[in-house]
Formats: sequence, C-alpha cells, structure tokens
Amino acid sequence: MSTVKLTVNGKAVSVDVEDRTLLVQLLRENLNLTGTHVGCDTSQCGACVVHMDGKAVKSCTMLAGQADGANVTTIEGIAKGDELHPMQAAFRDNHGLQCGYCTPGMIMSAIDIVHRHGGGLDEATVRRELEGNICRCTGYHNIVKAVLDAAGRMKVSQAAE
Amino acid sequence: MYQTTYHRASSVDEAASLFAKGTEAKFLAGGQTLLPVMKQRLASPSDVIDLGKIKELQGVELSGDVLTIKAGTTYFDIMQNADVQKAIPAIAYLTSVLGDPAVRYRGTIGGSIANNDPAADYPAALLALGATVKTNKRSISAEDFFQGLFTTALEDGEIITAVSFPVPAKAGYAKMRHPASRFALTAVFVAQTKSGEIRVAATGASQSGVMRVPAIEAALKAKWSPAAIDGVSVSASNLLADIHGTAEYRANLIKVMAQRAVTAAG
Repeated sequence: MSTVKLTVNGKAVSVDVEDRTLLVQLLRENLNLTGTHVGCDTSQCGACVVHMDGKAVKSCTMLAGQADGANVTTIEGIAKGDELHPMQAAFRDNHGLQCGYCTPGMIMSAIDIVHRHGGGLDEATVRRELEGNICRCTGYHNIVKAVLDAAGRMKVSQAAE
Repeated sequence: MYQTTYHRASSVDEAASLFAKGTEAKFLAGGQTLLPVMKQRLASPSDVIDLGKIKELQGVELSGDVLTIKAGTTYFDIMQNADVQKAIPAIAYLTSVLGDPAVRYRGTIGGSIANNDPAADYPAALLALGATVKTNKRSISAEDFFQGLFTTALEDGEIITAVSFPVPAKAGYAKMRHPASRFALTAVFVAQTKSGEIRVAATGASQSGVMRVPAIEAALKAKWSPAAIDGVSVSASNLLADIHGTAEYRANLIKVMAQRAVTAAG
C-alpha cells in the first residue's frame, strides 16, 4: 500500500491504495468519479481519458502512483456549476453521442485537441487526432461536427475572458 | 495485474540501486507497453521502478552534427522539438504516426527501444541512421543493440540514458500503419549519411525484428531515386506472416515503403 496525493478537479485528495492500482481505479473506486469509463482496458479505446497536468492521457494505462503530485481533471470537473463546458454543450447540440459510453473520453480528448490546435482545426485534423478514441455506435460524424463547433465556441469564450 | 511494489526514482543512480534490491524488478518509463502487459498478467515484476520523473533523462540536444534525444523524452516532446524538426525531420514525422495522441504524451523513446517490439517505429530510425544507444554503463551501436524479437543488448539493471543520432544528409520514413494497433505492418526508414553511405532499415517485416535491407541499399547507392528500387527483388524468407499479411506481401511492402521513404526524403 502507498499513499497517493494528488489534486482532482481542483480538490486536494490523499488516498491509500495498493501499488498495482491504476489511476482509473483510484478515480472510479476510491473517489467515486465514475464518469471516467473503462472500455477496452488495453489502451486502445480512449474511454478512460482524463487530463493530467493539462495533457489528455489514458488513465487505464497509468499506475495511480505515477499521478502522485499531479493535477488531474476528469469529465466531472470541466463544467462551471450548471453551465456546461463549451465542448459538452457542443456534443449535446450536435447530437455527438448515441449510447454515451465513449463520450467522457471523447470530450476530454477533444478539449486537448482544441487546446493544441486552436482555431486552425479542420475536419481532417479532428478525425486524425481522435484516432485514440473509439465509438462503437459509429457516431463519428456528429462527434467531429461537435468538436469543430466547440473549437469555435472555445475561441469565443477565451476571447471574452 | 498481480501485486507489485512501486518506486519512484529521482536519479539514474537511485533507479539502478532500487532495481538491484528487487527480486524481479522492471523499469517503468511511459508505461504504454509495460502496463498493458502487466494487466494481461504476461509480466509480473516484484518491483516497478518509475523513471518518469528523472530530470537528467529529459530533453533534446543538437550539437554540431549530432542530435541527442534523452531516453525519457516523450513522443509528444520529440515531435514538437524544434531541433528534431530542423536536424532530422524524418524522426519528427515517424513520431507523429506512432500510437495516438494520448499514447504520445506518455510513451518515451527509451521505453520503445528497450522493449524492441518487432513492429515498433524507432528501431528502424536508429538502425538506418547508425545511432548510438547510451546507457548508465556504456555506449552501444544500434547494430549491436537490437538482437531480435523483444531482445536487446541491455543487461539486467542497465538503464538507457539517451540516443545519439548523426545528422544525415537526407532521411525519410514511410509506414503502412495497422489501423487498429497503429504499429507498422511494415515500415521503412531510408538515410543517406553525410559521408554518402546509404542505409535502409525495415520494421514490422522480419521474424528477427528490425533489419537492414542490403538489396535496396545497393540500388539506392547506384541511384538515389524511387525508380531505382523498381527492379529490386526482396526475399520473403524469414519475413513475418500472420492474419494481417503474408511474407510475400510484406516483402513487396518493403519495396513500396522504401520508395515512398525516398520520395519523402527528397
């Protein structure tokens, strides 16, 4: 057992876990943040993507101990109260989800994509960059539309700040 | 995953001494291969020594005609690095078609070559460019380093600290990418050194891991052009054959990827 100390969605937490615990297990089972999903469990599908120190990583492919001292943001941490994050709002408005299982990972990856590419984002780039996130409903068309829509909204909201 | 004990090392020396204390320890770099393998219970190290926070293993240096990438540098940082893009853009390109964005944030060049997957990308770059692998004990040429499937010259407890690449006159990489695994179904790295030597390495093709392709090297030495490879015959013997492709298919892919790599190199 080890004590892992990290910041999750802005709150400092300290959790005692077995050394073999994965970051996704710590989030789901110790902190009850079940919005982060486990899909394939083999690092392929991206349902478990969270942000660690601002970068979109697969939380099923990290030991909890590797996140000691890190700043982690999950899908539960991106809305401002009742106001959805622009990426969440764009997924809703563009019907960017069917069953919703892949959606938390899609949204966390998509925010990272917009942060890296900013306004220069085009459809081909979004499709290429989402290759680490798999949607089994094959809803990619509206997911891509949602990401492009959100890229515009995020630019506007950044400019307004 | 079986039980293990996690350690975070803050220096290469500390990592080596932690390793020596474990009964069956393993080094953890980005973890993008080791952790999936541990989850499948194909590996069960007693101790996992995390190299991820060791500052001396991070960064890129360009000094004259040598580009040095420290072992713990992530794929993302390699891709974005201005010295890599300037000195050997083929390495930046190779890195951009490796894994997916989340994997590229975590995976490292040292982890990739220590694992020596027969379909990994970096081994082809190291072999074609005549790179040198630096460890905490010695320097090893790429030729001597890669010793077959998942096998390297590394001794127990030896830690890769950096890879040094001589900056080539020209280099290019072309990859037939498996769409699900994103590994190379076959990929080829071509390089023309500043002294005029031609080196060609293929990954994802051979049953013995990364390999040079002498027939294509000879053709490119006669004339550096994609058309020069048209008449070359690449043997299918000892090439991989699986559900994704026959040995003959991979033999042909070696030629086609080499031609595309030469086009990319210019």
